[in-house]
Amino acid sequence: MSRSDVLVDAAFVEAHLDDPGLVLVEVDEDVSAYDKGHIRGAVKIDWKSELQDPVRRDFVDKTGFEQLLSGKGIANDDLVILYGGNNNWFAAYAYWYFKLYGHGNVKLLDGGRKKWELDSRELVVDVPSRPATDYKAQDQDLSIRAFRDEAVEAIGTKNLIDVRSPDEFSGKLLAPAHLPQEQAQRAGHIPTARSIPWSKAANDDGTFKSDDELRQIYADAGVDLNKATVAYCRIGERSSHTWFALRELLGLSDVKNYDGSWTEYGSLVGVPIELGEPK
Amino acid sequence: MTQGCAAPVQTARIPATVDLANEAVIQGTVTRDGDPVSSAYARLLDSTGEFTGEVVTGDEGIFRFFAAPGDWTVRVLAAGGVSVDFTITAAIGEVAALEVAI
Repeated sequence: MSRSDVLVDAAFVEAHLDDPGLVLVEVDEDVSAYDKGHIRGAVKIDWKSELQDPVRRDFVDKTGFEQLLSGKGIANDDLVILYGGNNNWFAAYAYWYFKLYGHGNVKLLDGGRKKWELDSRELVVDVPSRPATDYKAQDQDLSIRAFRDEAVEAIGTKNLIDVRSPDEFSGKLLAPAHLPQEQAQRAGHIPTARSIPWSKAANDDGTFKSDDELRQIYADAGVDLNKATVAYCRIGERSSHTWFALRELLGLSDVKNYDGSWTEYGSLVGVPIELGEPK
Repeated sequence: MTQGCAAPVQTARIPATVDLANEAVIQGTVTRDGDPVSSAYARLLDSTGEFTGEVVTGDEGIFRFFAAPGDWTVRVLAAGGVSVDFTITAAIGEVAALEVAI
């Protein structure tokens, strides 16, 4: 797999905006960003209201995903290009999700919305209308999704990569610094996890670092790239970004995203937790 | 569903649910020729230069972080290749304020 199979740049998107069979999708937690301006032709997916089950803590199921994509006018053989705010966290999360449900041709716009804005490229408010499709999803590919028991089993056996900020890792903070901190769970990290914030994989403008830089970053932090890996964060979107870097860019074969992440692990009764700086 | 990790929309008013007595706030306003700049990116870096968080300014040009007490760097990125750094100290119960003219 090469970088161009999974990542496109802004020039590519500008040149191919009107290609049939290409669908741009903006994915954000805060969809008002899309409403104020988006790349021409892009449809939006709301990370919370459209990708999460409204009752249980889980994703929409296969049927729900089929209905969502059919309603957005996305067909099985479309090339889907995802982008979004927050350095593509939610776009990377959606990318993982499209892979989970077996979509064939999906890529990320490198740098996402941020790079597009910093380049002063065109944003429009017109919402496209796309005819509905009859989308068929596959069963979830659980080779890329870790659940809580696998997170516990990975202690001391697999690479565990904690991609939160250093203060969340050490237990000083329970959430990123742009959010208020009151929460009802224990702070810290999963024992034996390496602290490699997602941001290490990205440049200031939100684009991914080169393959060589990425390999160096993970190797320097003590990750054995030949071993199975589980990545986690607080709720699984920042770790989708790292999952993308490891599996899609570096081509590692066994990388799972633990989407339960710290809000689940830090609330489990009886599991081991470590505090403080990386060991 | 748990709130996501994305930064909330940045507004001048601090949300009523936040008890400022327990927070170490760093906030600022980005302006260009006196006018607030929206869609500027404020990045919070810790004392070792490690990235900690990022928010996008809204219509009022405001950014805000709930940090841990200590020394921080705020890096502001904006269209036109702007990238400027500021150092600032945060303390619980205080709002450390920056005026960023680009």
